[in-house]
Amino acid sequence: MIPIAEFRVPYTRFLDAHGHLASPPPDFQPHDLLPVYRAMALTRAFDAKAVALQRTGQLRTYPSSLGQEAVTVGLASVMRAEDVLLPTYRETGAMLWRGVRMQELLLYWSGDERGSDFAGPREDFPIAVPIASQCGHAVGVGFAFQYRRQPRVAVVTLGDGATSKGDFYEAMNTAGAWRLPVVFVVTNNQWAISLPARKQTAAATFAQKAIAAGIPGEQCDGNDILAVRDCIGRALERARVGDGPSLIECVTYRLSDHTTADDARRYRAQDEVSAAWALEPLARLRHFLVDQKLWSKQDEETLLADNQAAVSAAAADYLATPPQALSTLFDYLYAELPADLAAQRQQLLTERGQA
Amino acid sequence: MNTLTLLDAINAALAWELAHDDNVVLFGEDIGKNGGVFRATLGLQERFGEQRVLDAPLAETQIAGMAIGMAAQGLRPVCEIQFAGFMYSTFDHLINHAARLRHRTRGRLSCPMVLRTPVGGGIHAPEHHGESPEAWLAHTPGLKVVSPSSPARAYGLLLAAIRDPDPVIFLEPTRLYRLLKEPVADNGEALPLGAAFTLREGCDVTLVSWGASVLETLQAAEQLAEQGVSAEVIDVASLKPLDMPTILASVAKTGRCVIVHEAARQCGVGAEIAANLASEGLMSLLAPVERVTGFDTPLPLARLEDEYLPSVARILAAVERVRAY
Ligand SMILES: Cc1ncc(C[n+]2csc(CCOP(=O)(O)OP(=O)(O)O)c2C)c(N)n1
Ligand SMILES: [Mg+2]
Repeated sequence: MIPIAEFRVPYTRFLDAHGHLASPPPDFQPHDLLPVYRAMALTRAFDAKAVALQRTGQLRTYPSSLGQEAVTVGLASVMRAEDVLLPTYRETGAMLWRGVRMQELLLYWSGDERGSDFAGPREDFPIAVPIASQCGHAVGVGFAFQYRRQPRVAVVTLGDGATSKGDFYEAMNTAGAWRLPVVFVVTNNQWAISLPARKQTAAATFAQKAIAAGIPGEQCDGNDILAVRDCIGRALERARVGDGPSLIECVTYRLSDHTTADDARRYRAQDEVSAAWALEPLARLRHFLVDQKLWSKQDEETLLADNQAAVSAAAADYLATPPQALSTLFDYLYAELPADLAAQRQQLLTERGQA
Repeated sequence: MNTLTLLDAINAALAWELAHDDNVVLFGEDIGKNGGVFRATLGLQERFGEQRVLDAPLAETQIAGMAIGMAAQGLRPVCEIQFAGFMYSTFDHLINHAARLRHRTRGRLSCPMVLRTPVGGGIHAPEHHGESPEAWLAHTPGLKVVSPSSPARAYGLLLAAIRDPDPVIFLEPTRLYRLLKEPVADNGEALPLGAAFTLREGCDVTLVSWGASVLETLQAAEQLAEQGVSAEVIDVASLKPLDMPTILASVAKTGRCVIVHEAARQCGVGAEIAANLASEGLMSLLAPVERVTGFDTPLPLARLEDEYLPSVARILAAVERVRAY
């Protein structure tokens, strides 16, 4: 027997758990990480605020990204503004980086459709709740870029659980066959609600799922912002110059419950969570920046205060947003409202004394 | 007799059938250790083992597909789809295979599977978590479609669904999961599929509903009674096959009918009932059939959700119209 094909799955990590840099990625400028660090810290502050709002009855179900800030901010930080993001529900950091406003996210998670009509970035997709469905859309977006010969990339994010859906394989396969500019980012936070990743699949990595689609698959330490930016950055460059799609698996950990409607203590050991805290991305990056003399205790205090002020202001803005008009039940369903629906709209308004 | 919620009743029916039929196997997302996101399968994995109560990978198409394979092999698969909004990718299997395996093979193979899923709005859950898909399913020849509106009916109908020789889609109204409690005899006795339940007798108007809307329909009947109007309330329960004789007999008595359902109006199951009334019950009708339904829009997100759902006020207004006709 001779091997007819052989494959390897590269792994990337630069910063170890203590923030020590073994060898830097090419063209590395440490001060580039300052805005990234700030955005990761803001994401964490926002998550905490959103959970607090939910706990006090001022927000509906919310999925925190606690512990995943390096992935979500990292991927957005290497995208270009003109690229298109197709996010899951746990991509707060990426959406904020790309210009979605905090009050818009809060509106969405309060059950207000206007949260998906964010002021920018206008071409990004709304949050996809049906797991993995966004993968197919990303292929279509990538096709449009290729068709128009635009050097733009569709970036789609999904979870470890989502890789079990056919949508994901179908999308990777099509993107590979047509060499489309798509980057699939799998955030392996090791849990899909109560199912641990090892019960999701028999595969040793999620990155290797790319192999059968004939596209590059790489794994990185998703708590190492340098690794995330390097791997996804290179995948974006390949896609942008016409070398086709890639899959990047970022290994991280969901430090929070699945959502505010979940209680993870029911199904996972506290030891595991405590151990994962030792690997979390924000402290790791801070240690590095402090070592580099790029960050001080004073900077940290200022940042925390600024972030608190920013999330509080956003929450106040959100809470002061007037409700949507009743007619919005109907107004955006079609470009032009059919007559029968116009009658239903009228019926609702009459019933509520708003006709 | 224990007093059970609808969730408890489902759990009890599943446990009964697991205990009494080795062929019954449960699977779905997060149904094992976590007991399902609503806890319908709480404790069942612990009690019956991981061979019979399995956490499936996150793959609804696959969940439906393997249910068909198991069923063709004589097992009694009962799968759970976490929310009805995530069952749409199962339609390929349900429509192309589950519904017609018996028919295609001229009876050589069959598909005694059950697909359970929470349906309906009113709990202010996120997007896609409040769908009412019964009409899509009831439109599919070969499927049976059931939706209970009380703990006792949930218990009896779920047992019937699991024992039925054909595929049954079991739609559990999320809003009722913990809302109602009633004594339920956990004795393994099934209720018939394909039969409607008359929940309240009356002679002035027939109110027809199913699922969570039965709640508001009964409340409306109560208020009508205070006004001296006697409403008969029918819980259709089985959307396919549909028990038209019970509805026709009621309308023959009352002459007036209001159908209440949460799903969008156009091509909803209410339209099917109204069409049957028009063709078979025309001579007993004293007024046009009215429908109180969701609007022909997606279920709004939480903030506007309550504006969408059929309310007692809307039901009373419809009754007013058919009585004034
Ligand atoms: C198609 C579909 N099935 C089920 C669900 C319910 N659900 C929401 S999140 C989730 C787990 C997703 O896990 P993963 O992909 O790892 O993402 P994570 O939540 O860990 O970020 C499930 C089952 C859904 N939203 N969509
Ligand atoms: Mg996950």
